[in-house]
Amino acid sequence: MNLTLYIWRQKGPDETGKMERHDARDVSRDMSFLEMLDVVNEGLVKNGKEPVAFDHDCREGICGMCSLVVNGVPHGRKEKTTVCQLHMRHFKDGDAIYIEPWRARAFPVIKDLIVDRSAMERIMYSGGYISVHTGGVPDGNAVLISKEDAETAMDAAECIGCGACIAACPNGSAMLFTAAKVSHLATLPQGRIEAAVRVCAMTEAMAGQGFGNCSNHYECEAVCPKGISVKFIAKLNREFMRAAFIKWKRERND
Amino acid sequence: MILDGKCPSGPLSEKWEKRLHEMRLVGPANKRKFTVIVVGAGLAGTSASATLAELGYKVEVFCYQDSPRRGHSISAQGGINAAKNYPNDGDSVYRLFYDTVKGGDFRSREANVYRLAAVSSNIIDQCVAQGVPFARDYAGYLENRSFGGALVSRTFYARGQTGQQLLLGAYSALCRQIKAGSVRVHPRTEMLDLVVVDGEAKGITTRNLITGEIASYAGDAVCLCSGGYSNVYCLSTNAMGSNVTATYRAFKKGAFFANPCFNQIHPTCIPVTGEHQSKLTLMSESLRNDGRVWVPGKKGDKRPPKEVPEAERDYFLERKYPSYGNLSARDVASRATKEVCDEGLGVGPGGRGVYLDFADAISRLGEEKVRERYGNLFEMYEKITAEDAYKQPMRIYPAPHYAMGGLWVDYNLQSNIPGLFVLGEANFSDHGANRLGASALMQGLADGYFIIPYTIADYLAATTPGKVKADHAEFGKSREDVDGRTRKLISLKGSKTVNELHRELGKIMWEYVGMSRSAESLRKALKLIPELRAEFWENVRVPGSGAELNQELEKAGRVADFLEFGELIAYDALHRNESCGAHFREEFQTPDGEARRDDEKFCYVAAWEFKGEGGEPELHKEPLVFETVRLATRSYK
Repeated sequence: MNLTLYIWRQKGPDETGKMERHDARDVSRDMSFLEMLDVVNEGLVKNGKEPVAFDHDCREGICGMCSLVVNGVPHGRKEKTTVCQLHMRHFKDGDAIYIEPWRARAFPVIKDLIVDRSAMERIMYSGGYISVHTGGVPDGNAVLISKEDAETAMDAAECIGCGACIAACPNGSAMLFTAAKVSHLATLPQGRIEAAVRVCAMTEAMAGQGFGNCSNHYECEAVCPKGISVKFIAKLNREFMRAAFIKWKRERND
Repeated sequence: MILDGKCPSGPLSEKWEKRLHEMRLVGPANKRKFTVIVVGAGLAGTSASATLAELGYKVEVFCYQDSPRRGHSISAQGGINAAKNYPNDGDSVYRLFYDTVKGGDFRSREANVYRLAAVSSNIIDQCVAQGVPFARDYAGYLENRSFGGALVSRTFYARGQTGQQLLLGAYSALCRQIKAGSVRVHPRTEMLDLVVVDGEAKGITTRNLITGEIASYAGDAVCLCSGGYSNVYCLSTNAMGSNVTATYRAFKKGAFFANPCFNQIHPTCIPVTGEHQSKLTLMSESLRNDGRVWVPGKKGDKRPPKEVPEAERDYFLERKYPSYGNLSARDVASRATKEVCDEGLGVGPGGRGVYLDFADAISRLGEEKVRERYGNLFEMYEKITAEDAYKQPMRIYPAPHYAMGGLWVDYNLQSNIPGLFVLGEANFSDHGANRLGASALMQGLADGYFIIPYTIADYLAATTPGKVKADHAEFGKSREDVDGRTRKLISLKGSKTVNELHRELGKIMWEYVGMSRSAESLRKALKLIPELRAEFWENVRVPGSGAELNQELEKAGRVADFLEFGELIAYDALHRNESCGAHFREEFQTPDGEARRDDEKFCYVAAWEFKGEGGEPELHKEPLVFETVRLATRSYK
């Protein structure tokens, strides 16, 4: 099939970007979206033009590196699919496809379709962990975890940190991303002890990194390639309230 | 030169304990004076960085991805082995050790493998404590499943995303250290050279992938955790960016490269669809627990799989290897698959595929149970092929997957260059000629959490911290070399793209240095690779400049190294006149087509020394001494 692509081109963070038209000819239905872009790029290189820069790595939908907005939707319209796993059979001959980078205040464009997602990293650094040393831990079966809790934790832990939730949110909020980590760790007995400290640290970091707040649009869940549920945002809010109450109680006792 | 692995003496089970006692320690107040450079942020790099930083060392960690949460360990699906014996099915440290040595076709270092098996249980405990949500049963206990090459269930898993969860666990430990200020992360930064000062590894030269800046970093020791080199085949299950550059640059600076011809071809990958293919996707080997592998018994049978009656199917793994059946070791399953396809019995486009059928499992367990076990894998398969594996069998074909070979290291994971340590897939030590499933995650984390923290101290304790600074002349020279090479790549302005040349290399490697090789095919490769390399350095086209984000330039540098490294694999494969594990030489097979090892002549590690570009590398040997295990013919029958 033949397609017309409109691709965002931007030389650097401080440059003005624009959409640029490219034709993709003889695209196979079996290609992945990124393989289609590879072919376009090879053509550009051959013709002495600059290829389109985009992030990608594992191409198996798990590393979270790829980050394209396809026809206005982060990762494209196919549900629960990263753009590296999106195949061209979901498009038809003659389609026009608009390809843009993640757009959010916290994600400055580095070049073309590549953005800087270090703001997400800083949320993780602020408290996205259990403070355990290497060594000196009990046997894996010493603390039992109900299957239900293990499954819930896993549902949240599946987040690949791609940032599609933020790109899809009209407020550029990192609520689902943060909630997934908070919920994953707070659901497990090992992570329970620091739950209050963690939720406060992570939400504070989130607010400080230029992300907006959540106003319940649920666009995040709709585009999440791992289907992370917005119920974890509710869980984050509960954890936050609980932490605030603990803090209040502690201060009163002092 | 005869190399010495420096294994401790004494009984196998006491060696590590003995070494722990012998090794020097660095005092708590002194640790902060030492800087350790870690290259790569997969399981090995991340776990090592977190643990070393927690001990008090200053750690600088480098990765080409935009975050240390994205190393390719993340793609590992099936699980991680540990000798916990929770299911009470007869597992033990010794059995895990023996299975691994046997799986590696008796080409690994006994003492290393035993240590790996011994610390395996600690890894599970550590990960649970970090919050890794392993699968649990209804009573809340950890679940296990079986895996290829083993008759016990010792594999722990987190759905089909075990690698992801373990990496995120290690990453969270790293985050904690970043917050504490003991680690500096350098994302989107690629190591392009190792700096050796007075014979010791004291730093690296890097390129910032955003600005193009070439910079040097000095440290007291360097840990390479940069993964494997399967992308030398162009199409592999590795991430697009996975490369040999870090280890190959170290090789060029004098580190020995061990057993490069041991490269695992994984049996269960999704077949190629066309020339545009950029990578191959692996379907976890755990699928072989419940899936049955078959082809139609007759050539040219074009009927849909459902219409081929049971009697006309050839379940060739079950037929050839009745006791292990579909769970026979990876190299064995891959070769058997290639054989049936070579005979013309393969299915799907080009006849390069076999069926992996779940119909029996679905009727035995119900679709729901199968979905619970493998749901995400079936989804992934559906995304790529648009076929529903609950209704029709999957099609699979082998693909390059894991490098057992890597930089040579001694028992302390130190290479022959003092101060250069190599961890995880980047070293050669634990998997011999073939790796068993669910063992890569185990090794990466064992090296990072439980081995390097002790062994690196033994080296550092004998050195003066901060002795070499980044203003040393060797760093300047290294930066000039890297800069010169970058300029050269940009200046060529030829007519072929990097991808085209990489694909051509991949075809040579797959055809002549692939799943089965012969002296003839290897000699051919040794002629073709230098020709292609010459063409690359005349005719490659790299647009743009070096002083900007330039993905074509990044690829060009990596492919340039693969074009030299491919030759090293061929030299190694040609010299090893035996078949063992993943290295199958057509001249050396039994009458029924199984690998024929030659323990008289080849029971050693082949460690190669760089002798100039295009020159033949020099072979050094480390004899493999088996004190405990009796060398046996590996059989999965």
